Amino acid sequence: MTADPVAEAFRKEFGRAVAILIRALGDFDLAEDAVQEAFAVAAERWPRDGVPANPGAWIVTTARNRAVDRLRRARILERKQPELARLAQLVPHDDEEDAVSSVADERLALIFTCCHPALSVEAQVALTLRLLGGLTTPEIARAFLVGEATMAQRLVRAKTKIRAAGIPFRVPPDDALPERLAAVLATLYLIFNAGYSDVRGELSREAIRLGRTLTALMPDEPEVLGLLALMLLHDSRREARLDGDGGIVLLEDQERSLWDGAQIEEGRALVETALRHRSPGPYQIQAAIAACHAGPESDWGRIVLLYDRLLRLQPSPVVELNRAAAVAMADGPEAGLTEIDRIDGLDGYLHFHTARADLLRRLGRREESHAAYRRALDLEPSAAERRFIEGRLAST
Amino acid sequence: MQYMCLIYDDEKTWESMPEDERNAVFADYGTFTESIKESGNYVAGDALQPVSTATSVRVRNGETLVTDGPFAETKEQLGGYYLIEAKDVDEALKIAERIPSARYGTVEVRPVVVWEE
Repeated sequence: MTADPVAEAFRKEFGRAVAILIRALGDFDLAEDAVQEAFAVAAERWPRDGVPANPGAWIVTTARNRAVDRLRRARILERKQPELARLAQLVPHDDEEDAVSSVADERLALIFTCCHPALSVEAQVALTLRLLGGLTTPEIARAFLVGEATMAQRLVRAKTKIRAAGIPFRVPPDDALPERLAAVLATLYLIFNAGYSDVRGELSREAIRLGRTLTALMPDEPEVLGLLALMLLHDSRREARLDGDGGIVLLEDQERSLWDGAQIEEGRALVETALRHRSPGPYQIQAAIAACHAGPESDWGRIVLLYDRLLRLQPSPVVELNRAAAVAMADGPEAGLTEIDRIDGLDGYLHFHTARADLLRRLGRREESHAAYRRALDLEPSAAERRFIEGRLAST
Repeated sequence: MQYMCLIYDDEKTWESMPEDERNAVFADYGTFTESIKESGNYVAGDALQPVSTATSVRVRNGETLVTDGPFAETKEQLGGYYLIEAKDVDEALKIAERIPSARYGTVEVRPVVVWEE
Protein backbone atom coordinates (compact mmCIF):
# COMPACT_ATOMS: atom_id res chain seq x y z
CA MET A 1 0.00 0.00 0.00
CA THR A 2 1.27 3.40 -0.88
CA ALA A 3 1.72 5.83 1.97
CA ASP A 4 0.07 8.72 0.17
CA PRO A 5 -3.72 8.26 -0.03
CA VAL A 6 -4.12 11.11 -2.53
CA ALA A 7 -1.60 9.52 -4.91
CA GLU A 8 -3.31 6.17 -4.49
CA ALA A 9 -6.76 7.64 -5.13
CA PHE A 10 -5.37 9.45 -8.16
CA ARG A 11 -4.15 6.20 -9.72
CA LYS A 12 -7.39 4.42 -8.98
CA GLU A 13 -9.98 7.11 -9.50
CA PHE A 14 -8.72 9.64 -12.02
CA GLY A 15 -9.94 7.86 -15.16
CA ARG A 16 -13.35 7.04 -13.73
CA ALA A 17 -13.90 10.59 -12.49
CA VAL A 18 -12.82 12.13 -15.81
CA ALA A 19 -15.10 9.75 -17.73
CA ILE A 20 -18.12 10.59 -15.56
CA LEU A 21 -17.50 14.32 -15.91
CA ILE A 22 -17.05 14.06 -19.69
CA ARG A 23 -20.40 12.28 -19.94
CA ALA A 24 -22.08 15.08 -17.98
CA LEU A 25 -20.27 18.00 -19.58
CA GLY A 26 -19.53 16.82 -23.12
CA ASP A 27 -16.28 18.74 -22.76
CA PHE A 28 -12.95 16.95 -22.32
CA ASP A 29 -10.94 19.96 -21.17
CA LEU A 30 -13.42 21.15 -18.60
CA ALA A 31 -13.81 17.61 -17.24
CA GLU A 32 -10.06 17.13 -17.00
CA ASP A 33 -9.50 20.49 -15.30
CA ALA A 34 -12.31 19.92 -12.81
CA VAL A 35 -10.97 16.51 -11.78
CA GLN A 36 -7.45 17.89 -11.57
CA GLU A 37 -8.68 20.65 -9.27
CA ALA A 38 -10.57 18.13 -7.13
CA PHE A 39 -7.32 16.24 -6.53
CA ALA A 40 -5.57 19.50 -5.66
CA VAL A 41 -8.27 20.14 -3.04
CA ALA A 42 -7.84 16.56 -1.79
CA ALA A 43 -4.09 17.06 -1.41
CA GLU A 44 -4.81 20.06 0.78
CA ARG A 45 -7.70 18.65 2.85
CA TRP A 46 -7.17 14.93 3.29
CA PRO A 47 -3.97 15.21 5.33
CA ARG A 48 -5.77 17.67 7.60
CA ASP A 49 -9.35 16.29 7.77
CA GLY A 50 -8.68 12.62 7.09
CA VAL A 51 -9.36 10.52 3.99
CA PRO A 52 -13.09 10.29 3.11
CA ALA A 53 -14.78 6.88 3.34
CA ASN A 54 -15.27 6.76 -0.41
CA PRO A 55 -12.40 8.71 -2.00
CA GLY A 56 -13.63 8.15 -5.58
CA ALA A 57 -17.09 9.53 -4.85
CA TRP A 58 -15.58 12.46 -2.95
CA ILE A 59 -13.45 13.31 -6.00
CA VAL A 60 -16.42 13.16 -8.40
CA THR A 61 -18.55 15.33 -6.09
CA THR A 62 -15.78 17.89 -5.66
CA ALA A 63 -15.01 17.91 -9.38
CA ARG A 64 -18.69 18.38 -10.13
CA ASN A 65 -18.86 21.37 -7.80
CA ARG A 66 -15.80 22.86 -9.46
CA ALA A 67 -17.34 22.38 -12.89
CA VAL A 68 -20.56 24.07 -11.76
CA ASP A 69 -18.52 27.04 -10.45
CA ARG A 70 -16.68 27.26 -13.74
CA LEU A 71 -19.84 27.21 -15.82
CA ARG A 72 -21.35 29.92 -13.60
CA ARG A 73 -18.27 32.12 -13.84
CA ALA A 74 -18.15 31.76 -17.61
CA ARG A 75 -21.41 33.79 -17.90
CA ILE A 76 -22.76 31.49 -20.52
CA LEU A 77 -25.17 30.04 -18.05
CA GLU A 78 -28.24 30.15 -20.25
CA ARG A 79 -26.53 28.02 -22.86
CA LYS A 80 -25.16 25.60 -20.29
CA GLN A 81 -28.45 24.56 -18.65
CA PRO A 82 -28.35 20.98 -20.02
CA GLU A 83 -24.84 20.48 -18.66
CA LEU A 84 -25.83 21.88 -15.26
CA ALA A 85 -28.86 19.60 -15.16
CA ARG A 86 -26.69 16.58 -15.91
CA LEU A 87 -24.19 17.64 -13.26
CA ALA A 88 -27.01 17.95 -10.72
CA GLN A 89 -28.14 14.42 -11.57
CA LEU A 90 -24.77 13.09 -10.56
CA VAL A 91 -25.73 13.68 -6.94
CA PRO A 92 -29.49 13.20 -6.63
CA HIS A 93 -29.69 12.43 -2.90
CA ASP A 94 -28.65 13.96 0.38
CA ASP A 95 -25.93 11.44 0.96
CA GLU A 96 -23.64 12.80 -1.69
CA GLU A 97 -20.88 10.26 -1.71
CA ASP A 98 -23.08 7.18 -1.76
CA ALA A 99 -25.10 8.60 -4.61
CA VAL A 100 -22.00 9.14 -6.68
CA SER A 101 -20.73 5.62 -6.20
CA SER A 102 -23.82 4.33 -8.00
CA VAL A 103 -23.19 6.57 -11.05
CA ALA A 104 -22.48 4.45 -14.13
CA ASP A 105 -18.83 3.86 -14.87
CA GLU A 106 -18.11 5.65 -18.15
CA ARG A 107 -14.53 4.53 -18.54
CA LEU A 108 -15.40 2.09 -21.30
CA ALA A 109 -16.83 4.91 -23.42
CA LEU A 110 -13.69 6.92 -22.65
CA ILE A 111 -11.37 4.09 -23.73
CA PHE A 112 -13.20 3.66 -27.03
CA THR A 113 -13.18 7.39 -27.66
CA CYS A 114 -9.46 7.71 -26.90
CA CYS A 115 -8.72 4.77 -29.24
CA HIS A 116 -11.01 5.88 -32.09
CA PRO A 117 -9.47 5.05 -35.48
CA ALA A 118 -10.05 8.64 -36.64
CA LEU A 119 -7.22 9.61 -34.25
CA SER A 120 -3.58 8.89 -35.07
CA VAL A 121 -2.02 6.03 -33.12
CA GLU A 122 0.30 8.50 -31.33
CA ALA A 123 -2.70 10.56 -30.31
CA GLN A 124 -4.56 7.45 -29.10
CA VAL A 125 -1.63 6.44 -26.92
CA ALA A 126 -1.19 9.93 -25.46
CA LEU A 127 -4.90 10.43 -24.76
CA THR A 128 -5.29 7.01 -23.15
CA LEU A 129 -2.34 7.60 -20.83
CA ARG A 130 -3.47 11.14 -19.99
CA LEU A 131 -7.20 10.67 -19.50
CA LEU A 132 -7.45 7.08 -18.27
CA GLY A 133 -4.04 6.61 -16.71
CA GLY A 134 -3.85 10.09 -15.25
CA LEU A 135 -0.23 10.50 -16.37
CA THR A 136 0.89 14.10 -16.68
CA THR A 137 1.91 15.54 -20.03
CA PRO A 138 5.62 15.74 -19.00
CA GLU A 139 5.49 12.08 -17.89
CA ILE A 140 4.06 10.96 -21.23
CA ALA A 141 6.54 13.15 -23.12
CA ARG A 142 9.46 11.58 -21.23
CA ALA A 143 8.23 8.05 -21.83
CA PHE A 144 8.12 8.61 -25.58
CA LEU A 145 11.25 10.75 -25.78
CA VAL A 146 9.53 13.78 -27.24
CA GLY A 147 9.53 17.34 -25.94
CA GLU A 148 6.86 18.46 -23.50
CA ALA A 149 5.60 21.13 -25.87
CA THR A 150 5.22 18.57 -28.67
CA MET A 151 3.27 16.22 -26.41
CA ALA A 152 1.09 19.04 -25.08
CA GLN A 153 0.28 20.04 -28.65
CA ARG A 154 -0.47 16.43 -29.60
CA LEU A 155 -3.00 16.21 -26.76
CA VAL A 156 -4.62 19.54 -27.61
CA ARG A 157 -4.95 18.57 -31.27
CA ALA A 158 -6.43 15.21 -30.40
CA LYS A 159 -9.04 16.75 -28.11
CA THR A 160 -9.83 19.39 -30.72
CA LYS A 161 -10.37 16.66 -33.30
CA ILE A 162 -12.68 14.73 -30.99
CA ARG A 163 -14.81 17.83 -30.61
CA ALA A 164 -14.65 19.21 -34.15
CA ALA A 165 -14.98 15.94 -36.05
CA GLY A 166 -17.77 14.69 -33.82
CA ILE A 167 -16.05 11.58 -32.46
CA PRO A 168 -18.79 10.13 -30.24
CA PHE A 169 -18.29 9.43 -26.53
CA ARG A 170 -19.73 5.93 -26.38
CA VAL A 171 -19.09 2.23 -26.56
CA PRO A 172 -19.47 1.30 -30.24
CA PRO A 173 -22.52 -0.73 -31.31
CA ASP A 174 -22.17 -4.51 -31.58
CA ASP A 175 -21.55 -4.59 -35.34
CA ALA A 176 -18.52 -2.30 -34.98
CA LEU A 177 -17.33 -3.68 -31.64
CA PRO A 178 -14.85 -6.40 -32.72
CA GLU A 179 -12.93 -4.03 -34.99
CA ARG A 180 -12.96 -1.18 -32.49
CA LEU A 181 -11.99 -3.44 -29.60
CA ALA A 182 -9.03 -4.66 -31.66
CA ALA A 183 -7.89 -1.02 -31.95
CA VAL A 184 -8.19 -0.54 -28.17
CA LEU A 185 -6.19 -3.70 -27.47
CA ALA A 186 -3.54 -2.71 -30.02
CA THR A 187 -3.11 0.66 -28.29
CA LEU A 188 -2.75 -0.94 -24.84
CA TYR A 189 -0.23 -3.45 -26.20
CA LEU A 190 1.71 -0.63 -27.85
CA ILE A 191 1.92 1.16 -24.48
CA PHE A 192 3.04 -2.09 -22.87
CA ASN A 193 5.75 -2.65 -25.46
CA ALA A 194 6.98 0.92 -25.17
CA GLY A 195 7.77 0.05 -21.55
CA TYR A 196 9.22 -3.35 -22.36
CA SER A 197 12.75 -2.29 -23.15
CA ASP A 198 12.78 0.06 -20.18
CA VAL A 199 13.91 -1.79 -17.04
CA ARG A 200 11.72 0.32 -14.79
CA GLY A 201 8.85 -0.67 -17.00
CA GLU A 202 6.57 2.14 -15.88
CA LEU A 203 4.61 2.16 -19.10
CA SER A 204 4.28 -1.62 -18.95
CA ARG A 205 2.83 -1.38 -15.48
CA GLU A 206 0.48 1.36 -16.66
CA ALA A 207 -0.62 -0.84 -19.59
CA ILE A 208 -1.26 -3.71 -17.17
CA ARG A 209 -3.29 -1.40 -14.95
CA LEU A 210 -5.35 -0.29 -17.97
CA GLY A 211 -5.68 -3.93 -19.00
CA ARG A 212 -7.10 -4.73 -15.56
CA THR A 213 -9.60 -1.89 -15.88
CA LEU A 214 -10.68 -3.16 -19.29
CA THR A 215 -10.96 -6.72 -17.95
CA ALA A 216 -13.22 -5.50 -15.16
CA LEU A 217 -15.39 -3.62 -17.65
CA MET A 218 -15.52 -6.36 -20.31
CA PRO A 219 -15.09 -9.60 -18.37
CA ASP A 220 -16.63 -11.73 -21.14
CA GLU A 221 -14.32 -10.67 -23.95
CA PRO A 222 -11.72 -13.43 -24.23
CA GLU A 223 -9.24 -11.28 -26.17
CA VAL A 224 -9.29 -8.68 -23.36
CA LEU A 225 -8.39 -11.44 -20.88
CA GLY A 226 -5.83 -12.75 -23.36
CA LEU A 227 -4.07 -9.40 -23.64
CA LEU A 228 -3.92 -8.93 -19.86
CA ALA A 229 -2.54 -12.47 -19.51
CA LEU A 230 0.03 -11.83 -22.23
CA MET A 231 1.22 -8.62 -20.58
CA LEU A 232 1.40 -10.21 -17.11
CA LEU A 233 3.37 -13.20 -18.40
CA HIS A 234 5.85 -11.10 -20.36
CA ASP A 235 6.24 -8.64 -17.52
CA SER A 236 6.82 -11.45 -14.99
CA ARG A 237 10.29 -11.95 -16.49
CA ARG A 238 11.30 -8.29 -16.38
CA GLU A 239 13.86 -8.73 -13.58
CA ALA A 240 15.50 -11.70 -15.29
CA ARG A 241 15.76 -10.33 -18.82
CA LEU A 242 18.82 -8.18 -18.25
CA ASP A 243 21.95 -8.98 -16.26
CA GLY A 244 23.63 -6.64 -13.76
CA ASP A 245 25.36 -4.74 -16.58
CA GLY A 246 22.22 -4.30 -18.64
CA GLY A 247 23.13 -7.18 -21.00
CA ILE A 248 20.42 -9.37 -22.55
CA VAL A 249 19.80 -12.73 -20.89
CA LEU A 250 18.10 -15.23 -23.21
CA LEU A 251 15.04 -17.05 -21.94
CA GLU A 252 16.83 -20.40 -21.49
CA ASP A 253 19.60 -18.74 -19.44
CA GLN A 254 17.35 -16.67 -17.20
CA GLU A 255 17.44 -17.05 -13.42
CA ARG A 256 13.95 -18.43 -12.81
CA SER A 257 13.89 -17.36 -9.19
CA LEU A 258 13.78 -13.79 -10.50
CA TRP A 259 10.51 -14.44 -12.28
CA ASP A 260 7.40 -13.08 -10.61
CA GLY A 261 5.55 -16.25 -9.62
CA ALA A 262 2.32 -14.54 -8.56
CA GLN A 263 2.10 -12.72 -11.88
CA ILE A 264 2.73 -15.96 -13.79
CA GLU A 265 -0.03 -17.71 -11.87
CA GLU A 266 -2.44 -14.88 -12.54
CA GLY A 267 -1.52 -14.85 -16.24
CA ARG A 268 -1.98 -18.59 -16.55
CA ALA A 269 -5.37 -18.53 -14.84
CA LEU A 270 -6.49 -15.74 -17.18
CA VAL A 271 -5.41 -17.67 -20.29
CA GLU A 272 -7.39 -20.67 -19.12
CA THR A 273 -10.50 -18.60 -18.43
CA ALA A 274 -10.16 -16.90 -21.82
CA LEU A 275 -9.71 -20.15 -23.76
CA ARG A 276 -12.83 -21.60 -22.10
CA HIS A 277 -14.85 -19.10 -24.16
CA ARG A 278 -13.83 -21.17 -27.23
CA SER A 279 -13.20 -18.09 -29.29
CA PRO A 280 -9.43 -17.99 -29.61
CA GLY A 281 -7.78 -14.84 -30.90
CA PRO A 282 -4.22 -13.63 -31.44
CA TYR A 283 -3.73 -12.32 -27.88
CA GLN A 284 -5.02 -15.50 -26.25
CA ILE A 285 -2.73 -17.64 -28.37
CA GLN A 286 0.30 -15.45 -27.72
CA ALA A 287 -0.54 -15.59 -24.01
CA ALA A 288 -0.81 -19.39 -24.21
CA ILE A 289 2.65 -19.45 -25.80
CA ALA A 290 4.03 -17.18 -23.08
CA ALA A 291 2.44 -19.51 -20.48
CA CYS A 292 4.29 -22.47 -22.06
CA HIS A 293 7.56 -20.61 -21.44
CA ALA A 294 6.68 -19.96 -17.83
CA GLY A 295 6.93 -23.58 -16.70
CA PRO A 296 10.07 -25.37 -15.55
CA GLU A 297 10.62 -26.62 -19.14
CA SER A 298 9.21 -25.01 -22.26
CA ASP A 299 7.04 -27.47 -24.18
CA TRP A 300 8.37 -26.74 -27.68
CA GLY A 301 6.12 -29.18 -29.52
CA ARG A 302 3.04 -27.46 -28.13
CA ILE A 303 4.54 -24.04 -28.84
CA VAL A 304 4.97 -24.94 -32.52
CA LEU A 305 1.31 -25.99 -32.70
CA LEU A 306 0.24 -22.71 -31.08
CA TYR A 307 2.29 -20.74 -33.60
CA ASP A 308 0.55 -22.68 -36.39
CA ARG A 309 -2.79 -21.47 -35.04
CA LEU A 310 -1.52 -17.94 -34.64
CA LEU A 311 -0.31 -17.94 -38.25
CA ARG A 312 -3.75 -18.97 -39.45
CA LEU A 313 -5.33 -16.07 -37.55
CA GLN A 314 -2.65 -13.51 -38.19
CA PRO A 315 -0.29 -14.43 -41.03
CA SER A 316 2.94 -12.44 -40.75
CA PRO A 317 6.61 -13.13 -41.45
CA VAL A 318 7.51 -12.20 -37.85
CA VAL A 319 5.17 -14.91 -36.54
CA GLU A 320 6.75 -17.32 -39.06
CA LEU A 321 10.15 -16.43 -37.64
CA ASN A 322 9.02 -17.16 -34.08
CA ARG A 323 7.53 -20.43 -35.26
CA ALA A 324 10.82 -21.35 -36.96
CA ALA A 325 12.71 -20.67 -33.73
CA ALA A 326 10.30 -22.98 -31.88
CA VAL A 327 10.75 -25.65 -34.58
CA ALA A 328 14.51 -25.40 -34.01
CA MET A 329 13.98 -26.07 -30.30
CA ALA A 330 11.55 -28.93 -30.93
CA ASP A 331 13.25 -30.67 -33.88
CA GLY A 332 16.79 -29.32 -33.92
CA PRO A 333 18.65 -26.43 -35.60
CA GLU A 334 18.67 -28.01 -39.05
CA ALA A 335 14.86 -28.16 -39.17
CA GLY A 336 14.64 -24.61 -37.80
CA LEU A 337 17.04 -23.27 -40.41
CA THR A 338 15.02 -24.87 -43.22
CA GLU A 339 11.93 -23.04 -41.92
CA ILE A 340 13.77 -19.71 -41.51
CA ASP A 341 15.15 -19.81 -45.03
CA ARG A 342 11.61 -20.15 -46.36
CA ILE A 343 10.54 -16.80 -44.88
CA ASP A 344 10.23 -13.85 -47.23
CA GLY A 345 10.42 -10.18 -46.46
CA LEU A 346 12.47 -10.03 -43.26
CA ASP A 347 15.86 -9.04 -44.65
CA GLY A 348 15.63 -5.66 -42.89
CA TYR A 349 14.61 -7.24 -39.57
CA LEU A 350 17.34 -7.56 -36.95
CA HIS A 351 15.93 -10.61 -35.18
CA PHE A 352 15.68 -12.56 -38.45
CA HIS A 353 19.46 -12.37 -38.78
CA THR A 354 20.28 -13.03 -35.12
CA ALA A 355 17.96 -16.08 -35.11
CA ARG A 356 19.59 -17.39 -38.30
CA ALA A 357 23.06 -16.66 -36.96
CA ASP A 358 22.32 -18.60 -33.81
CA LEU A 359 21.12 -21.70 -35.69
CA LEU A 360 24.15 -21.59 -38.02
CA ARG A 361 26.37 -21.30 -34.95
CA ARG A 362 24.77 -24.36 -33.39
CA LEU A 363 25.30 -26.25 -36.64
CA GLY A 364 29.00 -25.34 -36.57
CA ARG A 365 28.73 -23.21 -39.73
CA ARG A 366 30.91 -20.48 -38.23
CA GLU A 367 31.49 -18.23 -41.23
CA GLU A 368 27.86 -18.08 -42.29
CA SER A 369 26.92 -17.45 -38.67
CA HIS A 370 29.34 -14.53 -38.40
CA ALA A 371 28.06 -13.07 -41.67
CA ALA A 372 24.52 -13.15 -40.32
CA TYR A 373 25.55 -11.51 -37.01
CA ARG A 374 27.39 -8.80 -38.94
CA ARG A 375 24.29 -8.20 -41.05
CA ALA A 376 22.32 -7.80 -37.80
CA LEU A 377 24.81 -5.18 -36.59
CA ASP A 378 23.97 -3.08 -39.67
CA LEU A 379 20.32 -2.91 -38.61
CA GLU A 380 20.58 -0.47 -35.71
CA PRO A 381 20.50 -2.81 -32.71
CA SER A 382 19.93 -1.28 -29.26
CA ALA A 383 23.01 -0.92 -27.03
CA ALA A 384 22.18 -4.15 -25.19
CA GLU A 385 21.57 -6.02 -28.43
CA ARG A 386 24.82 -4.74 -29.91
CA ARG A 387 26.76 -5.96 -26.88
CA PHE A 388 25.11 -9.35 -27.13
CA ILE A 389 25.89 -9.73 -30.84
CA GLU A 390 29.48 -8.55 -30.43
CA GLY A 391 29.87 -11.02 -27.58
CA ARG A 392 28.72 -13.83 -29.86
CA LEU A 393 31.08 -12.72 -32.63
CA ALA A 394 34.03 -12.68 -30.22
CA SER A 395 33.30 -16.02 -28.56
CA THR A 396 32.45 -18.23 -31.54
CA MET B 1 -23.52 17.80 -37.98
CA GLN B 2 -22.64 18.29 -41.61
CA TYR B 3 -19.72 16.49 -43.17
CA MET B 4 -18.14 17.07 -46.56
CA CYS B 5 -17.05 13.85 -48.25
CA LEU B 6 -14.36 14.77 -50.77
CA ILE B 7 -13.88 12.04 -53.36
CA TYR B 8 -10.36 11.58 -54.68
CA ASP B 9 -9.36 9.03 -57.28
CA ASP B 10 -6.96 8.60 -60.16
CA GLU B 11 -8.66 9.92 -63.29
CA LYS B 12 -6.55 7.53 -65.36
CA THR B 13 -8.12 4.51 -63.65
CA TRP B 14 -11.48 5.93 -64.57
CA GLU B 15 -10.49 6.63 -68.21
CA SER B 16 -8.97 3.20 -68.73
CA MET B 17 -11.93 1.37 -67.19
CA PRO B 18 -13.89 -0.89 -69.59
CA GLU B 19 -17.22 0.64 -70.50
CA ASP B 20 -19.44 -1.96 -68.84
CA GLU B 21 -17.49 -1.58 -65.59
CA ARG B 22 -17.80 2.20 -65.76
CA ASN B 23 -21.52 1.86 -66.31
CA ALA B 24 -21.74 -0.42 -63.30
CA VAL B 25 -19.99 2.21 -61.13
CA PHE B 26 -22.37 4.89 -62.48
CA ALA B 27 -25.28 2.68 -61.52
CA ASP B 28 -23.77 2.18 -58.03
CA TYR B 29 -23.51 5.95 -57.63
CA GLY B 30 -27.17 6.29 -58.61
CA THR B 31 -28.25 3.67 -56.07
CA PHE B 32 -26.06 5.18 -53.35
CA THR B 33 -27.32 8.75 -53.92
CA GLU B 34 -30.92 7.54 -53.91
CA SER B 35 -30.36 5.65 -50.64
CA ILE B 36 -28.87 8.61 -48.75
CA LYS B 37 -31.66 10.84 -50.04
CA GLU B 38 -34.17 8.38 -48.65
CA SER B 39 -32.38 8.10 -45.29
CA GLY B 40 -32.26 11.91 -45.00
CA ASN B 41 -28.46 12.12 -44.92
CA TYR B 42 -28.10 13.80 -48.33
CA VAL B 43 -27.55 17.56 -48.43
CA ALA B 44 -25.77 18.00 -51.77
CA GLY B 45 -23.47 16.17 -54.14
CA ASP B 46 -21.86 16.58 -57.55
CA ALA B 47 -19.29 15.05 -59.84
CA LEU B 48 -16.60 17.33 -61.24
CA GLN B 49 -15.15 17.52 -64.75
CA PRO B 50 -11.54 16.22 -64.93
CA VAL B 51 -8.63 18.38 -63.67
CA SER B 52 -7.65 19.06 -67.29
CA THR B 53 -10.62 21.48 -67.29
CA ALA B 54 -9.51 23.24 -64.08
CA THR B 55 -8.44 26.87 -63.90
CA SER B 56 -6.83 28.39 -60.81
CA VAL B 57 -7.03 32.00 -59.77
CA ARG B 58 -4.95 33.96 -57.25
CA VAL B 59 -5.00 37.64 -56.32
CA ARG B 60 -1.68 39.10 -55.17
CA ASN B 61 -1.13 42.80 -54.48
CA GLY B 62 -4.42 43.52 -56.15
CA GLU B 63 -3.45 41.69 -59.34
CA THR B 64 -5.39 38.71 -60.55
CA LEU B 65 -3.36 35.79 -61.83
CA VAL B 66 -5.20 33.11 -63.78
CA THR B 67 -3.45 29.83 -64.57
CA ASP B 68 -4.42 26.67 -66.34
CA GLY B 69 -4.59 23.55 -64.14
CA PRO B 70 -5.48 22.45 -60.63
CA PHE B 71 -4.24 23.79 -57.26
CA ALA B 72 -1.69 20.97 -57.06
CA GLU B 73 -0.65 18.06 -59.23
CA THR B 74 -1.44 14.91 -57.28
CA LYS B 75 -1.70 11.21 -57.95
CA GLU B 76 -5.36 11.20 -57.02
CA GLN B 77 -7.58 14.12 -57.96
CA LEU B 78 -10.68 15.66 -56.47
CA GLY B 79 -13.44 14.20 -58.63
CA GLY B 80 -16.59 15.01 -56.74
CA TYR B 81 -18.21 15.46 -53.34
CA TYR B 82 -21.18 14.74 -51.17
CA LEU B 83 -22.31 17.05 -48.42
CA ILE B 84 -24.08 14.93 -45.84
CA GLU B 85 -25.87 15.27 -42.53
CA ALA B 86 -24.80 12.75 -39.87
CA LYS B 87 -25.07 12.61 -36.10
CA ASP B 88 -21.38 11.91 -35.54
CA VAL B 89 -18.20 10.88 -37.32
CA ASP B 90 -19.06 7.19 -36.99
CA GLU B 91 -22.25 7.66 -38.99
CA ALA B 92 -20.42 9.88 -41.50
CA LEU B 93 -17.71 7.26 -42.03
CA LYS B 94 -20.32 4.51 -42.47
CA ILE B 95 -21.87 6.56 -45.26
CA ALA B 96 -18.52 7.52 -46.79
CA GLU B 97 -17.39 3.91 -47.04
CA ARG B 98 -20.41 3.21 -49.25
CA ILE B 99 -19.38 5.84 -51.83
CA PRO B 100 -18.41 3.68 -54.84
CA SER B 101 -15.06 5.47 -55.37
CA ALA B 102 -13.94 4.47 -51.84
CA ARG B 103 -13.25 1.05 -53.37
CA TYR B 104 -10.43 2.35 -55.59
CA GLY B 105 -9.78 5.94 -54.50
CA THR B 106 -9.94 7.81 -51.18
CA VAL B 107 -12.81 9.64 -49.55
CA GLU B 108 -11.74 12.42 -47.18
CA VAL B 109 -14.37 13.19 -44.55
CA ARG B 110 -14.29 16.73 -43.14
CA PRO B 111 -16.68 18.25 -40.61
CA VAL B 112 -18.22 21.52 -41.76
CA VAL B 113 -17.59 24.50 -39.48
CA VAL B 114 -20.62 25.78 -37.63
CA TRP B 115 -20.22 29.49 -36.88
CA GLU B 116 -21.39 30.47 -33.45
CA GLU B 117 -23.96 33.27 -33.50
